[in-house]
Amino acid sequence: MAEGGQLVDHSDGREVVLRLRGVRTQFGDHVIHNKLDFDVFRGEIVGLVGGSGTGKSVLLRTIIGLNGATSGTIEILGVDTRTLHGKAERAMQARTGVQFQDGALFSSLTVSENIIVPIREHAGLDEETMRDIAALKIALVGLPPDTGDKKPSELSGGMRKRASLARALALDAELLFLDEPTAGLDPIGAAHYDELVKGLCRSLGLTILMVTHDLDSLNAICDRIAVLLDKRVVVGTMEELLAYDHPWVREYFHGPRGRAARQEQK
Amino acid sequence: MSSVEPTIRYTMHAGKPIVEIGGDWTVLDLRGIRQKAARALAAAGTNRAARTVDASGVGRLDTAGALEILLLAGGGPDAEVTTREKGHADLFEVVRKNMCDAMPERHVNWIAHWLEEVGHNTVEVYHQVVNLCAFFGEILVVFLEACLQPRRFRINAVVRQMYEVWVRALVIVGVLCFLIGVVIAYQGIQQLRQFGAETFAVEAVGISMFRELGVLLTAIIVAGRSGSAFTAQIGTMQVNQEVDAMRTIGLNPIEWLVMPRIVALAVSMPLLAFWGDMTGLLGGAVACTIYLDFTFVQFFERLRDTVGAWHFYTGMIKAPVFGLVIAVIGCFEGLQVRGSAESVGQLTTRSVVESIFCVIVLDAVFSIIFLLADV
Repeated sequence: MAEGGQLVDHSDGREVVLRLRGVRTQFGDHVIHNKLDFDVFRGEIVGLVGGSGTGKSVLLRTIIGLNGATSGTIEILGVDTRTLHGKAERAMQARTGVQFQDGALFSSLTVSENIIVPIREHAGLDEETMRDIAALKIALVGLPPDTGDKKPSELSGGMRKRASLARALALDAELLFLDEPTAGLDPIGAAHYDELVKGLCRSLGLTILMVTHDLDSLNAICDRIAVLLDKRVVVGTMEELLAYDHPWVREYFHGPRGRAARQEQK
Repeated sequence: MSSVEPTIRYTMHAGKPIVEIGGDWTVLDLRGIRQKAARALAAAGTNRAARTVDASGVGRLDTAGALEILLLAGGGPDAEVTTREKGHADLFEVVRKNMCDAMPERHVNWIAHWLEEVGHNTVEVYHQVVNLCAFFGEILVVFLEACLQPRRFRINAVVRQMYEVWVRALVIVGVLCFLIGVVIAYQGIQQLRQFGAETFAVEAVGISMFRELGVLLTAIIVAGRSGSAFTAQIGTMQVNQEVDAMRTIGLNPIEWLVMPRIVALAVSMPLLAFWGDMTGLLGGAVACTIYLDFTFVQFFERLRDTVGAWHFYTGMIKAPVFGLVIAVIGCFEGLQVRGSAESVGQLTTRSVVESIFCVIVLDAVFSIIFLLADV
């Protein structure tokens, strides 16, 4: 059994923006997470990995509140999410952003309108200001200006992911959740996307938790890696995890793909 | 988290006009900021075009706020913003690099726009008709091949589809036609009674059910129930690339998906229309026993004596044609689905509208043909 938690303490006195304590997720008799502890500190990019069926996406959905009640506590930006209702909950939603796996852009709206939706809902600015902000976000995620007038169905997969990131950034969220952001992208597109995420993280001071299977992403941009093992999360840097003794971790990071990705990085 | 309202003040500093700003500048604080800026400018009296912004009093800042501040400073590359905080300076730099004008909203002449729409739709209808004809040709080829090799009619699939489109539609078709039969008989009796000719209500029910209503009602129900189902089923397969997979395995989707549905519906429609006729007559008979003191036997004897067999045949001739049209349109629209699930919905709607439209147009054509043929 893997002991959950940090392998080495990396807090460095930083603020904890996401704190999970004793989280348990269960569907029927099937326990997916048990006694799961997990911290994310301000300004870091954490990659969440795990074998198929270990509940990476489930954990992400639990954190952002889409999975209903679980036992344990989840604190986002210092607030227990389950005590939040009404106004406070909406305020919290404005401070976090989510990019879903296939973008989940509203298909009946243009990209611009997609970005404006959260702004209109939470800030209610005038149309012109919102259009300018949308244009800025589109530029920030590296899309050409004319993308704003396009419908999601007119975009390629990579562009949809970027547009979705722009929507997640619409309110300058402090904490971003990305679900497999580079899945389905070609290696060049994925590398560009990684750079984009890293750049935005630095320049806008974001904290990012991303579910990913992309070993290159893990190497290139993640400060720490969270591994779902035996219903818990083990967190550490790449070096720490390479030294960690668990069959799945060894196979994952020491397998041919893991080695190749590390080689490339050097 | 409490926030401080953003403030804007035009002032002079070292002989140069500057804008002093303060408060929090995050997207949630920016409501009405442009009006506020305009008011501040107006309050400054002289139209001082200050191009320097002193942002050292700013509390919290995000990209939207930085964008507004840079726009306040003129927005160009020479826009000058001074700040004391390193974090803010970085943010201004990021935003400045990515600033661009929002795509201007296109203002088009509405007449031109309308003409463009009409032209666009006309071309689309033309393509639609051409494609539909091509599709029909493809079906005919497969049909003729299948006639040479009856095995290729995929009898299992046909039977399964017939269960869906015929057996499972019996209740709804029966109930609706029964009700329409009652209504027509009742209305007929009410109106014809004024001439003392209320017994002609029997002919009214018989002829209208046989010639038009039985088959038309059935066709409309089938278009809504089965035509839409065909589009949605094939469309979903199209989205999942199942249709492409079939092609790569060497299965012709026309043979495997389209033919069974068309054969099933073309066979089921006359059966359903017949069932609709019968339940309609039953409804008429019930209404006549209630309002006309007829017995069932009297009703059907009068029907036999006054309503010729050709009235029945005309309906039955139309039924398989309607079934064919509904199935062809349903399958055609299903195969038109491209990409997203959204288009499945759009094309399903279109399939139902088109098939009902075609059914009614064809019905009119048949009326003319029967008129000329004098039946």
